[in-house]
Amino acid sequence: MIEELARLARRDGPVTVLKQTRVLVVRAGDVVVKAHPPDTDEHALRARLDAAANLPGVMLPPLGLQRLDGRLVTIWPAGEPLTMADVDAGTTPWEEGGRLLALLHARRAPAGLPPAGGPSRLPRAMADLAAAGVPDQVAAPIRAAYATLPQVREGGALTHGDWHLGQIVRHDGAWLLIDPDDLGPGDPAWDLARPAAWYAAGLLDPRDWERFLTAYLAAGGTAVSAGDPWRELDGPARALTVQLAATAVATAARAGEPPDDAAEALVSACVRIVAATEAET
Amino acid sequence: MECPKCRGRMRTFDRNGVHIEQCDNCRGIFLDYGELETLTRMESQWAQQHYAPPPPAHGGPAWGGHHGGHYGHRRNSWVGMLFSS
Repeated sequence: MIEELARLARRDGPVTVLKQTRVLVVRAGDVVVKAHPPDTDEHALRARLDAAANLPGVMLPPLGLQRLDGRLVTIWPAGEPLTMADVDAGTTPWEEGGRLLALLHARRAPAGLPPAGGPSRLPRAMADLAAAGVPDQVAAPIRAAYATLPQVREGGALTHGDWHLGQIVRHDGAWLLIDPDDLGPGDPAWDLARPAAWYAAGLLDPRDWERFLTAYLAAGGTAVSAGDPWRELDGPARALTVQLAATAVATAARAGEPPDDAAEALVSACVRIVAATEAET
Repeated sequence: MECPKCRGRMRTFDRNGVHIEQCDNCRGIFLDYGELETLTRMESQWAQQHYAPPPPAHGGPAWGGHHGGHYGHRRNSWVGMLFSS
């Protein structure tokens, strides 16, 4: 499959496998080719690619859509991704992330675009928690926090649906969002919710969180109010905390390892979510 | 002793080896020789041990956690989490 994907790129040059999970992503020359999961909805993907193609300066535009062995394959210009070395060096472009999301959220989602995929990840993570054989005493606070979560708010803003630091690349000198697989109308606060959850769990340096949120607001971001951003963030950040905790402990259980510091921090945040909910009622 | 400013009564306090006289009347403080330097040294030691970034301008949730301040040194799943769904 890797060689066939590289052939679709029609480029000379070294072939590198960038990701091999439910998706297979291969770089060949200056092009990246992505084989989507076999169950991908073609209609939905086409609508999302069209939307991405119409967001100059915000999202990397696709080069094409093909089919290979029954799988949908998208072709992209190769951007320069952020690396863990950037994070270690303290050069993470948090401001760029905030600015790009603000620009995205300023758009109304085009008609026919399926809902943003963010909220649907949470039940999947809970199913994964159940399937991974996580000890009950570890899973219990995550399940308890899950049971307290507020309903997902509807929204019509164009929302990325799966934003993290792997979702920005530098292309022709400018940072752009990538991966429209979960793009759609939704509550845009969900795009800020993953960093918000990292921050609330004590994992993300408060200075980095402030850089991100301040840049988002300065660029006119509409997902949250400047005066009280946690009014809109609180619900989605709780949901992402539960999702991240479930994923982290499930991953550790599958590797046969105890939860590490980061997983423990997220589980502790779940305990605090339950306590905060009890205090509110 | 008598306050050199208002002639009020000075009360003596001992705090971590620093000898302080405070006036009951005007609340003015009198330090013995070298004690201002001692206080300055203690203050800077305290600041080094307890330095924390200023509270975030945009607040946080009621259920927010403690920030340890060792963000750059965590070699665990945290850095990977920054890049994954």
